[in-house]
Amino acid sequence: MSAWTRKDLLGIEGLEPAEIREILDTAQTMKEISTREIKKVPVLRGKTVVNLFFEASTRTRVSFEIAEKRLSADSVNVSTSGSSVSKGETLLDTARNLEAMRPDIIVVRHGSPGTPHLLARRLACSVINAGDGAHEHPTQALLDAFTIRERLGRVAGLTVGIFGDIAHSRVARSNIHALSKLGARVLVGGPPTMMPPGIEALGAQIVPRLEEMLPQLDVLIVLRIQLERQGGQLFPSAREYATLFGLGRERLRLGRPELLVMHPGPINRGLEIAPEVADGVSSLILDQVTNGVAVRMAVLYLLSGAHRGATAADAVRGAA
Amino acid sequence: MSAGGRLLIRGGRVIDPATGRDAVVDLLVVDRAVAMVGAGAADACGNAEVIDAAGLWVLPGLIDLHTHLREPGYEYKETVLTGCRAAAAGGFTAVSCMPNTDPPNDSAAVTRAILRKADEADLVRVYPIGCITAGQLGQRMAEFGDLVAAGCRAVSDDGRPVMNAGVMRRALEYSRHFDIPVISHCEDLQLAGDGVAHEGAVATRLGLKPIPAAAEEAMVAREVVLVCQTGARVHIAHVSTRGSVALLAAAKAEGLTITAEATPHHLTLTDEAISGFDTSTKVNPPLRSEADRAALCRALAEGIIDAVATDHAPHGLADKDLEFDAAANGLVGLETALPLILGLVAAGACPLHRAIDALTWSPARILGVPGGRLAVGDPADIAIVDPNEEWTVDPEHFFTKGRNSPFRGWRLTGRVRATVVGGRIVFRDGAIVAAAQR
Repeated sequence: MSAWTRKDLLGIEGLEPAEIREILDTAQTMKEISTREIKKVPVLRGKTVVNLFFEASTRTRVSFEIAEKRLSADSVNVSTSGSSVSKGETLLDTARNLEAMRPDIIVVRHGSPGTPHLLARRLACSVINAGDGAHEHPTQALLDAFTIRERLGRVAGLTVGIFGDIAHSRVARSNIHALSKLGARVLVGGPPTMMPPGIEALGAQIVPRLEEMLPQLDVLIVLRIQLERQGGQLFPSAREYATLFGLGRERLRLGRPELLVMHPGPINRGLEIAPEVADGVSSLILDQVTNGVAVRMAVLYLLSGAHRGATAADAVRGAA
Repeated sequence: MSAGGRLLIRGGRVIDPATGRDAVVDLLVVDRAVAMVGAGAADACGNAEVIDAAGLWVLPGLIDLHTHLREPGYEYKETVLTGCRAAAAGGFTAVSCMPNTDPPNDSAAVTRAILRKADEADLVRVYPIGCITAGQLGQRMAEFGDLVAAGCRAVSDDGRPVMNAGVMRRALEYSRHFDIPVISHCEDLQLAGDGVAHEGAVATRLGLKPIPAAAEEAMVAREVVLVCQTGARVHIAHVSTRGSVALLAAAKAEGLTITAEATPHHLTLTDEAISGFDTSTKVNPPLRSEADRAALCRALAEGIIDAVATDHAPHGLADKDLEFDAAANGLVGLETALPLILGLVAAGACPLHRAIDALTWSPARILGVPGGRLAVGDPADIAIVDPNEEWTVDPEHFFTKGRNSPFRGWRLTGRVRATVVGGRIVFRDGAIVAAAQR
């Protein structure tokens, strides 16, 4: 039986460790569905999910969409570039119009932090944060924790490094919350221009240099460098970033042989991570993508209320 | 007021930092001016209207150096009339209104239009502030002479800093011809970038784009240097950081002609207030850290911050009911300023007389206007306050059109019971007194 009672998933910051574990356990059950010949269960049959994306996204949107379809939800994609204000309709008007069509869950990605929180306060339906600016990306952190737990059997007691543009990364923030709540030691590092003040307060320890961080790690999460965003103010050139801060084969050798490497994608090959590393035996990058579907299925399932009175295993057993 | 133009305020504690008076005495107003304070006032009152102020404080009317009345152009946010009502309800007998209207107040025509509206409102005194540069574009100087002749008492490009130091230098020099203060909104736009929150642990946690303290301090430092160069009178608007306070302290120690204000919200709130993404906490400069807030309080107590000014910035729901990044900056302040500052006094952060001075005599001197003091012959601009009344802030009951207050639901102590402008009661017991009823 499930304990999950929240209407929304807005971030990891406010979650209890037990809630995170419940999502991961549920995802474990969901993962099996994707291995079946008929990859579909009727758990969310008759439920409507709107994927409301104000920022470009392929991976996350497709992952949510596949998760929704595997649970038999009816899903609709609404993609709109730029802010709704520029189109003359406010965000709340857009959301209210969608809600008037009675969706059960809205999955929202938006460039402005706090936007899912605003929607969750105003809308009766469930809201899932699929990334709000540099604030949170809870399903990414959950799939990262799931992937680590799947491979190493636990999260507690591990040392996980996050390296790159911490300042602008919602993945970093959600992962610091999730991994530290699950008992891992989290180290963060990157060039000084990408280290925001007060990041330690979230539960991470600063180890600025990759060379210094690597020997301590069980897992390294390399962050994507947003070349298009930085305009030459955060680092001088892609060449210099790759040379000084990129994870190449040489630098990887500073880590223990069993070190695992993760990346939230999409990767810039040859910039923050060398192709040989991304495709190498240490890399969990594609496992992360696979697990993303299972984790999002779990979140959709728990938020839909379909779990009340049933275990996830019961729900998926009577399947298709 | 009764026939003969006499008003007796009886038995209140008159607190008047400018004259040093703090005593329970009667105060008699005759013909719009303070006629007598102390023994004998009651005997000389004749057939005066009487306000019983027993148990109440009688203060010089508050003067706000920094108000946005929004008219012309943004009447849906505020009008001169609604802003004057809010001022009267807050104990303010004069407000000086910022020029970032539409069109901006960069011409005598706009100044005169604002003053005509103020005459029609007939509530509190309105002192318009003209632009430093035409259209607030930061390039060509506005016509200070025309603006001053029409009634402007200062110039400012508030809301937009004058980024070009050469333009600012010449504007400061030119301002000396008129002996007016130049009010500087200190914000280096390159350092501020597209930030929306104070750069620190809270913005980091929330993922909000940061505005470093240096964005303000770099320009405060520039203004200090330009005051040295030009000898102009510069007033720094809404100081928000510890570093700015240090720069001001050094400049004042040198005897430079620089003054400064802080807002009630920067003196009472920190960036923790933005944690729920409540857009009524979004303001420029942003709410800063506790160390900054504490430094501002000390600076107010020591007089390094000369004045408290509200930066009353009413907005409509359409400006604020948005995602945090898209919401307008600003919050309403006229109706909560006095009790918030009295709260600091009660907490021991600032002596009472200094706090009252910062709301009355200091702004009067900075602006060079009458009022702010209750000496015989001064205009009878008076705020009568119950220092013990507790009330809960409910923006739905404000006189301003703005509902954007981060103090919604706060319990405050101290409430304005009556406001007197030029001897006439304009606000009493929760209601505006219209001209016809006086």
